[in-house]
Amino acid sequence: MWEYTDKVKEHFLNPRNVGEIENPDGVAEVGSLACGDALKLTFKLDENKRIKDAKFKTFGCASAIASSSALTEMIKGMTVEEALKVTNQDIAGYLGGLPDEKMHCSVMGKQALEKAVENYRGAPPLEAGARIICECFGVTDKEIERAVRENNLSTVEDVTNYTKAGGGCGNCHDAIQQIIDQVRSEPKTDTKPKLTNIQKIRLIEETIEREIRPSLKHDGGDIEIIDIIGNRVIVATRGACSTCKASDITLKHFVEHRLKELVSPDIVVEEVAK
Amino acid sequence: MNTIYLDNNATTQVAEDVLEAMLPYFRELYGNPSSMHSFGGQVGQKIRIAREQVAALLGALPEEIIFTSCGTESDNAAIRSALATRPDKKHIITSRVEHPAIHALCAQLATQGYRITELPVDKNGLLDLENLEKNLTPDTAVVSLMWGNNETGVIFPVEKAAQMAHEKGVLFHTDAVQSAGKIPINMKNNVIDMLSISGHKLHAPKGIGILYVRRGTRFSPFLIGGHQEKGRRGGTENTPSIIGLGKACELADKNMQKENTEVKRLRDKLEKELLKRIPQSRVNGDTVNRLPNTTNISFEYVEGEAILLLMNELGICASSGSACTSGSLQPSHVLRAMGVPFTMAHGSIRFSLSIYNTEKEIDFVIDKMPAIIERLRGMSPYWNTAQSSCASK
Repeated sequence: MWEYTDKVKEHFLNPRNVGEIENPDGVAEVGSLACGDALKLTFKLDENKRIKDAKFKTFGCASAIASSSALTEMIKGMTVEEALKVTNQDIAGYLGGLPDEKMHCSVMGKQALEKAVENYRGAPPLEAGARIICECFGVTDKEIERAVRENNLSTVEDVTNYTKAGGGCGNCHDAIQQIIDQVRSEPKTDTKPKLTNIQKIRLIEETIEREIRPSLKHDGGDIEIIDIIGNRVIVATRGACSTCKASDITLKHFVEHRLKELVSPDIVVEEVAK
Repeated sequence: MNTIYLDNNATTQVAEDVLEAMLPYFRELYGNPSSMHSFGGQVGQKIRIAREQVAALLGALPEEIIFTSCGTESDNAAIRSALATRPDKKHIITSRVEHPAIHALCAQLATQGYRITELPVDKNGLLDLENLEKNLTPDTAVVSLMWGNNETGVIFPVEKAAQMAHEKGVLFHTDAVQSAGKIPINMKNNVIDMLSISGHKLHAPKGIGILYVRRGTRFSPFLIGGHQEKGRRGGTENTPSIIGLGKACELADKNMQKENTEVKRLRDKLEKELLKRIPQSRVNGDTVNRLPNTTNISFEYVEGEAILLLMNELGICASSGSACTSGSLQPSHVLRAMGVPFTMAHGSIRFSLSIYNTEKEIDFVIDKMPAIIERLRGMSPYWNTAQSSCASK
């Protein structure tokens, strides 16, 4: 059973804005019956060019219905420019989060919104220069690029969870990996203020002390910082961690993950040679 | 809120008599059946009786029963034993609709040099035995076909299939996890070499299963350890659960008639009424060769997980073959193997009954389901279009 937040449940059981607006200013349909979820979004603007009303019809699971409901609530009162700034993360955030495997539901909301705005503006429906990467679910390179960039995705599995791309026959996995590699090699335009080296080292130490060490100690383990070279954090494992076969998984999936999140996405954790 | 439990192919409630039979083995009778003292030895006596009870349900000999921890262990043990005792043979035949315990095991064996043939099924989920015949080769070690399908309830002609395998000198295993206790099984009337059963599908607890191994069939153990189960399955016996499973098999034998009359009648009523009251719905799987307790119905233009969650609001428990419930992007491999269109597969719901369901419960579900489907169809972008195209036909 999925762990849905109360907000997701509430929006699923009492969805807002179900239906279709007659003579809408913008309309879009995304998804398909075959792939298991689909969304038709319609909106109407007021005299000040703000979204006066938005309605949806969704075929899909609870999170697809809740995401659609959330989206229509969120964009009411916005200009189309403002609405376009709503990301799938915003939709998921509005609902108090979605299970990883269900993130594609929020992406579907975002896609429908973009298409509906394009429809309103009279722009061509397919993104210029976009090409289909995943034939099974009709996902383009642009969509994958955006999902990778906005959600800091690093594996094909992540991309599948967010966009469905690669979830069918699997023939496009190499192409998806190439897009991930390409996006991740782009220079980061980080919004976080740039840290000086001293600040970074201090922040790493603090983060390990506060966020990481207590959990490791709970299991009888520990780590010690040996060196910090640029974004490479060299550590030694102590206690139970030093003999644990899964310690490199702990380092990558827990220690590195937390540091990436709380210090800088470029951090790499390495274990000092034993 | 009352729970209406129509998910008995997932697991069943432990029968009151089964629990009662088990309790002393947690309390005063906690001895190890292998011990020399009579405090432990008396438990060994009770295990012997439980083994006889299980054997009686299957028309088997007590020594043909090996207690395991679950159906999955039994399946794994059977296939691995077949391969270990026939090391020169590298081919396995199974079907496209097997339980993951066989399906995933074979997928792994395929990476270790074994050739796997997955027999297809037709649109009703039935097997073409001629196809089995064609695929049996001198290199085939074992054929494994499930007796009753967990998702659709469709019954395979495993006794005939075992005969065909034997004619070519090939071992035959069946996963009978869903059929044991629901349809009569008599190992005296067939040549099946190995058969798996899981306790929690027939009102025994979770964590106990059996593997039937026909007398004279060579066996190579899966769990190596102590001399328990005559060296065929190491590990101290799960005595309370073994006692429980023995009792459950005795009850299943007694309730077999009820399962095939009363439970079947309620299942048929549920199916007939839902199809009548809900347009654009259909049954998945053959309705003749089918377990008496299972029906799998697709409701077009709505999605299974959403249906289940609205049912959940009313305390009704069932399952779905939709993609969203599994976390994968593709609907159930069973429905796909049958060629059920994705549009139908996404909206599939499996109802599986037990002897504990009542007429009142079934009437409640019949009463509530149409509104649930209607509510979701009202939100579906396809429903209006579908309706108008139907009207114009």
